[in-house]
Amino acid sequence: MVHLQICQGTTCYVMGAAQLASLATTLPDDLRGRVRVTGCRCLGLCRDGAFGGAPYVTLDGEPLACATTESVLAALRARLA
Amino acid sequence: MTLNNESDRVKREVLVRVARDLLAGAPEALDRIPLDMRPKGKPFSRCCVYKDRAALRYRVMAALGFRVEDESDELKPLAAYAAEVPSRTRNPEPFISILAEGCSACLESQTTVTNLCRSCLARPCVGNCPKQAVHIKNGRAEIDRDKCVNCGLCAKACSFHAIVQVPLACADACPVDAVGKSEDGRVVIDHERCIRCGRCQKACPFGAIMACSQLADVILKLKAGRTVIALPAPALAGIFPNDRSQLYGALRALGFAAVYDVASGADETARREAAELAERLAAGDGFVTTSCCPAWTETVKRLLPELARFVSHTPSPMRLAAALARADHPEAVLVFIGPCAAKRTEATLAGDPDHVLTAEELGALLVAAGIDVDGCAPAEAVRAGSRAGLRFAVSGGVAAAVAGRFGPGVAPKPYVINGLSPKMIRLLATFAKTGKAPGQLVEVMCCEGGCTAGPCSFEDPARAVARLNALA
Repeated sequence: MVHLQICQGTTCYVMGAAQLASLATTLPDDLRGRVRVTGCRCLGLCRDGAFGGAPYVTLDGEPLACATTESVLAALRARLA
Repeated sequence: MTLNNESDRVKREVLVRVARDLLAGAPEALDRIPLDMRPKGKPFSRCCVYKDRAALRYRVMAALGFRVEDESDELKPLAAYAAEVPSRTRNPEPFISILAEGCSACLESQTTVTNLCRSCLARPCVGNCPKQAVHIKNGRAEIDRDKCVNCGLCAKACSFHAIVQVPLACADACPVDAVGKSEDGRVVIDHERCIRCGRCQKACPFGAIMACSQLADVILKLKAGRTVIALPAPALAGIFPNDRSQLYGALRALGFAAVYDVASGADETARREAAELAERLAAGDGFVTTSCCPAWTETVKRLLPELARFVSHTPSPMRLAAALARADHPEAVLVFIGPCAAKRTEATLAGDPDHVLTAEELGALLVAAGIDVDGCAPAEAVRAGSRAGLRFAVSGGVAAAVAGRFGPGVAPKPYVINGLSPKMIRLLATFAKTGKAPGQLVEVMCCEGGCTAGPCSFEDPARAVARLNALA
């Protein structure tokens, strides 16, 4: 089980996390049941990497910058492989 | 088009960078934005890094509120444009500006046979074409361009999905046929027909249709110490994932002196519209349409003048909220904030509120200022609206609010048009012709789903509606 946290801080949300939020309900078959998706308040990551790295997610605490549905799914598969 | 994509991201990044430079009082940094976003040796999205930079320069120009069409000197620094912002007395109208260099000159919508065609025995493409435009040549279906009317029946009939209809994103999105092509295939907009709905802007995968923002005007007025008042639209409560009082706290943190909820204007619109409706029905009118959606009122003005006498005279929630704020603060700068594109035109033509920001632009401003809404102290609106007022942002909500003002048993019958399309516009034209409609109160919203689905948002409309439903 991987814990996927999607940052709901304002910077991440505006820069694209709004789209990622739907991952909770639309995980593909091979990942369903193997990922726990939660939202979280601002992780503070945007302050170091500037907004250019937003939206951020974390996989078991490890941050992923410029997250898109595609890159998050790839990272989840790599972790579960 | 997915909700958030790379094109939207680029647009937002430009807005954030422009806002950041202006907030920092460093307009000279604006000219570096194209270079910072597309540095040498890093990936680019068009043919080369230089074309990307040229396109970004025009995006900064639009973010500062200048139309590309008005450019007189290609060497004029972006900082020089920023210097003109404080003396600007009128908002750009039409606010849409075309980035011709960005337009990919996509083909006109057309039906094309692909190499999946197996030249089958049945040939339903030939048999179902109403114009005899399809024939078989060299073992493959072929479409005669001169005869084809793009109806798509051959594509539907083919068992192999071998025929495709290639869409033209911008023109197909336009509900009023205002988007066309120049001789070189680039997009052109007929501003006389255009109802300012913003759909083409959202639909273009190249971001070639831009909106001139009023973000720079607002930032510079905030920085100059003017009294700037925020008028947040009901839809914002659904678009931002935060507590509403914290969103208002974030507006205060940005420097807005007070918040007047547009939902309070909506309550006043509902009250006046109910009175007007009762009066007009008593006087023998068959029906009245709502007047709060500016893309709808522009549609009437430009394409359905015969319907004008059926449109309610009641001002929109934005204008009534502005009137409330104006009464309290005659000298203040009033800024409406919502997901709508057309509100820019409504405000510019009415003269009040002074400015319109989109939800996306407010988001960019918060990002630039480094404000996390969840971390803001809650603040209250000077004028707050009711639940019924908040529901103006969802299809059916306006009709429900107006009907709610009537006593039981005497409420008018509502009829809801959820989203303007060519078909709906034809239907509305028949109401004008016959003087009759399926309801006495016809609610029209241009965006399907209501304002929460407006084009200038960053949120999934379904989630925005769910959030608003939970509130109201």
